Amino acid sequence: MPKVKVPRKSTTVDMTAMCDVAFLLLTFFMLTSNFVAKEPIVVAVPSSISEIKIEERDMATVLIDNEGKVFFGLDAQGDRRELLANLGKVYSINFTEKELTEFSKIGMSGVPITKMQDFLKLPPEQRDAKEAAIGIPADSIDNQFKYWMKTAKQVNPKLRIAIKSDSKTPYKVIKKVMGTLQDLRENRYNLITSLEQVKN
Amino acid sequence: MAEMQVADKGGKGGPKKHSTRVDLTPMVDLGFLLITFFMLTTSMLKPNTMELSVPSKDKVEEEEQSKVKASQAITILLDKEDKLFYYFGTEENGVAPELVSSDYSSTGIRKMLIQRNVDLIKQVQELKADKASKKIKEEEYSKKLSELYTNAKTAPQVLIKATDESNYKNLIDILDEMQICNIGRYAIVPITPEDLGLIDKKTKAAN
Repeated sequence: MPKVKVPRKSTTVDMTAMCDVAFLLLTFFMLTSNFVAKEPIVVAVPSSISEIKIEERDMATVLIDNEGKVFFGLDAQGDRRELLANLGKVYSINFTEKELTEFSKIGMSGVPITKMQDFLKLPPEQRDAKEAAIGIPADSIDNQFKYWMKTAKQVNPKLRIAIKSDSKTPYKVIKKVMGTLQDLRENRYNLITSLEQVKN
Repeated sequence: MAEMQVADKGGKGGPKKHSTRVDLTPMVDLGFLLITFFMLTTSMLKPNTMELSVPSKDKVEEEEQSKVKASQAITILLDKEDKLFYYFGTEENGVAPELVSSDYSSTGIRKMLIQRNVDLIKQVQELKADKASKKIKEEEYSKKLSELYTNAKTAPQVLIKATDESNYKNLIDILDEMQICNIGRYAIVPITPEDLGLIDKKTKAAN
């Protein structure tokens, strides 16, 4: 009987193909991703049946927490820089280059403009602390929020507005913000919600 | 290193041939590690949103008043602690309207709105069925839908008035109901002292 020769196969697998796939996926994720913007406060948005998705570009987000603190965020870094520079002109505060750069790194901020310089001096990890994140004044006495919005709109006229608020935020605050937007003739805006879970 | 090996072998058959294949396993590991990182840090889910158009401030007064017919008007009052009241008609008639207390559930305000809006809902559903069966195209559908909304003569017009004590969730919930019940005409209007008085009276009567 002739011996049946079993060819000995190497146990090493060619990794090239797998490597290709891995990097292809990596490229895909890198290109399609936009990072989760860090928000200074956590809000639990109410649910609704609305399924319209929000746009990603040219968004101005107004974040309102359950105590009625108002925060303001723009998505583009360049826009944020210009926003602060222009706001400085309105309130005649001169922001240095360093401060402007520092501000453009913060996705969402809620500091009265007079305290902005102190705020920007803080190390990043202290900025979300209760004492620092006090919100932008939006009441009728000192409606800084109005100027933030107005200036942002001047910086980027294509800007769309989204209101993201906590479920428990009193209507009083919402009314103020909506009233301000109405004053600025911003009559279309988005309310950010999460999708309602269907209860059977 | 290569030279050392050559020296060891004592020049037997020249330098040892190295395989040109590189072990790619660590590279794959790295690739997948980065993929995992990007997958976790990205927000693939865009948040949902609800579009809201409000009338501009200068026009609001006259338009609101002229457009809303008493027979079609429903005023919904949002009160604290998720309480909800509604009344039909407008208060300008001289007689104080009767407040009905309701809630945000499907048997509460939604039932009432659907009953009042039966005709329009039927038409909208027919239109949706047409779209689902591919009888009409997407653009045609949205065109017809807005036509339905503007032509609906009997459809209720809802005024939403929220008290300062109500919260954002209440507002979203009620705007949601407007969508569910296909109410094309609704507006968020400031609450009047009369309305507050009505709520006050109603709450006192209930206790």
